[in-house]
Amino acid sequence: MTADLVAYAQRLGDDALVLAQRLGEWSSRAPELEEDVALTNIGLDLLGQARALLSYAGEVEGAGRDEDDLAYLREEREFTNCLLVEQPNDDFGATIARQLYFSTYQLELYQALRGSADQTLAAVAAKAAKEVAYHRDHATMWTLRLGDGTEESHARMRDGLERLWPYAGELFEADEVVQRLAAAGTAADPASLRDGWDRHLDATLAEATLARPDGRWLPGTGRRGVHSEHMGYLLAELQYLHRLHPGARW
Amino acid sequence: MSGREPSAGWPLWEVFVRARRGLSHNHVGSLHAPDAEMALRNARDVYTRRQEGVSIWVVPADAITASSPDEKDPFFDPAGDKVYRHPTFYDVPGGVQM
Repeated sequence: MTADLVAYAQRLGDDALVLAQRLGEWSSRAPELEEDVALTNIGLDLLGQARALLSYAGEVEGAGRDEDDLAYLREEREFTNCLLVEQPNDDFGATIARQLYFSTYQLELYQALRGSADQTLAAVAAKAAKEVAYHRDHATMWTLRLGDGTEESHARMRDGLERLWPYAGELFEADEVVQRLAAAGTAADPASLRDGWDRHLDATLAEATLARPDGRWLPGTGRRGVHSEHMGYLLAELQYLHRLHPGARW
Repeated sequence: MSGREPSAGWPLWEVFVRARRGLSHNHVGSLHAPDAEMALRNARDVYTRRQEGVSIWVVPADAITASSPDEKDPFFDPAGDKVYRHPTFYDVPGGVQM
């Protein structure tokens, strides 16, 4: 059970860490200065969640690894984030599509985890749910404006939604780790998050005059440490400074 | 991304933040946003992320009528020599806080 808890906390932490890194890439590159601040702010919220979750994973593991060891010194195959969060930013429409899929899921997840039998997970989730409610609001506002905007913005938003759609299914998969923890009341059963996710997504897309993508969901491999070709580049940028100057601070 | 496109004419908004209950909203700056709802959210991110406020107003900048620097003399100069408008000719009883 301890190994399961470590794996679970690490997954949630890796999702947050990798998406934080992606959003940080928008720094100085967003369409407007205000959006620069908004996206990186969301990234910082996620980084805070990652720190809490990875610290906890290290603590439960009991092998003396802290958040930095887990973030900077693991290899690609040891990361267990879902494939969705590591997908490239692409254009603003694709970034908003990724934010919409993920923050809608993450809000359902954290709301459910507030009732976790594990006190620490419940506390992290209670704090993070408020942050993610804003992330979802941000993604929703932009989906409405891009979808119901110009021909160009509609097309880009639609393309982003369709390109990232295959990766959404992994969010709702449950392997044995999750099944055991869910049965014990520690983890949220991913299947139970589907309803809320569908409802918010469908309502948002309908109002934005966008069709819900009808492509197939790919089976997820991220929880087993098998990632897309983008992951290595992301980790190189995330980790190189710490590996070059171990323990570097500012 | 193929480089940053120039702002497609997003209007300018003036932002007012109330630091805490009981104080008035103060002007803190301005920002660009496509509409009022987004302006409010941008203001939240740009001006209140370090807990600077409990309430935000956004106002379209072009809805504000401002006095012009050219009118400085007719507007403000006449008040300069009218010291009798200040309550400085009263004896303030001891114990009253100014």
